[in-house]
Amino acid sequence: MKVAKRTFDAVIVGAGGAGLRAALQLSESGMKTAVLTKVFPTRSHTVAAQGGVAASLGNSTEDNWHWHMYDTVKGSDWLGDQDAIEFMCKKANEVVVELEHYGMPFDRTDDGKIYQRPFGGHSMNYGQAPVMRSCAAADRTGHAMLHALYQRNVRANTQFFVEWMALDLIRDADGDVLGVTAMEMETGEVSIFHAKATIFATGGAGRIYFSSTNAFINTGDGVGMAARAGVPLEDMEFWQFHPTGVAGAGVLITEGVRGEGGILRNSSGERFMERYAPNLKDLASRDVVSRAMTTEINEGRGCGPDKDHVLLDITHLAPENIMKRLPGIREISIQFAGIDPIKAPIPVVPTCHYQMGGIPTNYKGQVVVPQGDNNNVPVRGFYAAGECACASVHGANRLGTNSLLDLLVFGKSAGETVVEDFEAGNLSLKPLPDDAADVSLARLARLENQTNGESVHEVRLAMQRTMQKHAGVFRFNDLLKEGVEAIKAVAERAKNTEIGDKSKVWNTARMEALELDNLIEVAKATMISAEARKESRGAHVRDDALDNAETPNGRDDANWLKHTLWYSEGNRLAYKPVNLKPMSDDVEPIALAKRTY
Amino acid sequence: MTKRTVQFKIYRYDPDKDDKPYMQDISVELEASDKKLLDAITRLKVKDDTLSFRRSCREGVCGSDAMNINGKNGLACLTDVDSLQQPITLRPLPGLPVIRDLVVDMTQFFKQYHSITPYLINNEPAPERERLQTPEEREELNGLYECILCACCSTSCPSFWWNPDKFVGPAGLLAAYRFIADTRDQATSERLDNLEDPYRLFRCHTIMNCVDVCPKSLNPTRAIGKIKDMMLRRAI
Repeated sequence: MKVAKRTFDAVIVGAGGAGLRAALQLSESGMKTAVLTKVFPTRSHTVAAQGGVAASLGNSTEDNWHWHMYDTVKGSDWLGDQDAIEFMCKKANEVVVELEHYGMPFDRTDDGKIYQRPFGGHSMNYGQAPVMRSCAAADRTGHAMLHALYQRNVRANTQFFVEWMALDLIRDADGDVLGVTAMEMETGEVSIFHAKATIFATGGAGRIYFSSTNAFINTGDGVGMAARAGVPLEDMEFWQFHPTGVAGAGVLITEGVRGEGGILRNSSGERFMERYAPNLKDLASRDVVSRAMTTEINEGRGCGPDKDHVLLDITHLAPENIMKRLPGIREISIQFAGIDPIKAPIPVVPTCHYQMGGIPTNYKGQVVVPQGDNNNVPVRGFYAAGECACASVHGANRLGTNSLLDLLVFGKSAGETVVEDFEAGNLSLKPLPDDAADVSLARLARLENQTNGESVHEVRLAMQRTMQKHAGVFRFNDLLKEGVEAIKAVAERAKNTEIGDKSKVWNTARMEALELDNLIEVAKATMISAEARKESRGAHVRDDALDNAETPNGRDDANWLKHTLWYSEGNRLAYKPVNLKPMSDDVEPIALAKRTY
Repeated sequence: MTKRTVQFKIYRYDPDKDDKPYMQDISVELEASDKKLLDAITRLKVKDDTLSFRRSCREGVCGSDAMNINGKNGLACLTDVDSLQQPITLRPLPGLPVIRDLVVDMTQFFKQYHSITPYLINNEPAPERERLQTPEEREELNGLYECILCACCSTSCPSFWWNPDKFVGPAGLLAAYRFIADTRDQATSERLDNLEDPYRLFRCHTIMNCVDVCPKSLNPTRAIGKIKDMMLRRAI
């Protein structure tokens, strides 16, 4: 197959919030930039975010970034790096105000400022009471944000390659990153995008689970590409199960519903969160609420004929408030649960939602890997931001509204770093190795010629069921051990997928097969990292980690206060320390403590 | 709902192997959990992986899976499959070139969207904090900003079919009014100039197909009417 070469200063893979935010920095600086995206930018999954973006603007209640930083560190169960968390919380007001200037239609307070609502795990004065920190555009914040960012990129003349799917990362013998290979979906042709800088902003991989709030496109493409190219993945055992996915359908119901006063109830109508989180109740951190719900269901207090869900009740709220603040949720409930939440509670169940781990980066968006004694050596030419990256600000559990903040802050930061490196002359167009496209071409040729293989659907389903059963909300030693063997077996099967569609034009069967390769890397990383971590922390909670004075909530800081690094080759694990030191000398570290809400 | 078999009639065309498009008769057994048309065609794709269509969020917010369903444009993910008369006839969105099966070339649609300068214009130095806007001013944007660019409206509009290169179409005009209506935007007069043309705005003949098909219940015709009013008022 003939492979065309295209040369740019920078290539960005992904046009969701992080990719678009990074693209703005590059386009406005005049760098020749290509943004590759497998869907039209406004179809990226940022569009589905609902409840808001965190910033301590203090428009309705007193607030400051120190409190936000504390909440984020505590939410992460101390696995987040405190320098990156300080950076993010400090930058929040700036990036949110910028968005407002770009035209984002935030809701407004009576005095005309950005409307803010309470959200899970966000508090004032270091955990005392809920704070109004989530900046919202009704319950369509992600949609409003993604469109505003796309529109700003139209103004900046950003060059998009729409419906191009990136296939593999190109590295040379020094390990430097020189761009990617990519396939144009309309023609099936493969090109090399040769660049001085490559930014991955490819989002998460929630589709490794059977039940997920994620879109079909969330297949961890960047994470998979990085893993295959020898970059380790950080903290992949930590997956967020959002408390409120519509039972059966998986579609997200924002935590903003509880921010506006919604209450979770079990089969006897009890507000059970009062027992699990006496202070913040329904607005406790997501991992805490999801576990409480699962416990209620497991102990027979679930609702419905199969007692397999709980109810999210907003029938006590004023209908006009629901129509004003939660119109999208009402539409979703009617569409996917057949219920008007003004009249009846919504059946909900914890659903896979967000990947806390990812490609390891520092707060500047540079991808960093261990080399010799240094755990954080930047890979030349390689940057990442958003859900595909692990900065690490979410640690073992992300707070709601911190994902939209993450993609703004680190999308911008990665863009700024690339521009700085470019202007300082630190980036060069290194010669492409002769075999730059060989890996991709071999993958495509394998698919083209495979016979007696299995369907992509069958293998993907086996992966999703394995992840759901063996690495869910609660984790069990035996199940994890079995899960490792099971997922390795599925990974073997994925090497022999066969497709019936051999057309060059818009071949979605081929795309799905290529996406499965990426999902499989993520699934292996998750299961193997989870089996190895012998403690409970944040979203990773296992049956054999005991809650006692030395290991509060089963968290074993003496042995496990460290980041996991998983290498695809040989499924090797390594670890690196958590950065407990904030960026500024005058900022006190948030000291380790037992996590309660 | 239990297991049931559903009959389809689907527009098929793969330029790599077909001389011309054809309608394929095919049926599929649905699982009890398959409720939406998207669930059904995803099930169908397991049976025949050559069927091509766009899809992503499966909850009506990304705008990928717009198609012509029993003669009417809509999103597959928001359409109850059991509400549809069988055989369920699926065609690509009308009026745009077909790339393959249900996948259309949306270049012309986005070209029109891009032609209305779809971004906020405010040339005053940016203040340190947010620009202020009253809740009432903000409410003016409701029913405008929620557009998901699925193209159901523009590709159901006869005026857009006839002049896709000259008439902006309902989606683009809705977006144009979204910025005109925004108190933070300072380019109203330029925006009106941009639409002052026999085709760009005035080819809307209030047929209102756009309102009928919008999966987000938006009303482009009303927005177009408001732009026309503003044009008239400034002409007097």
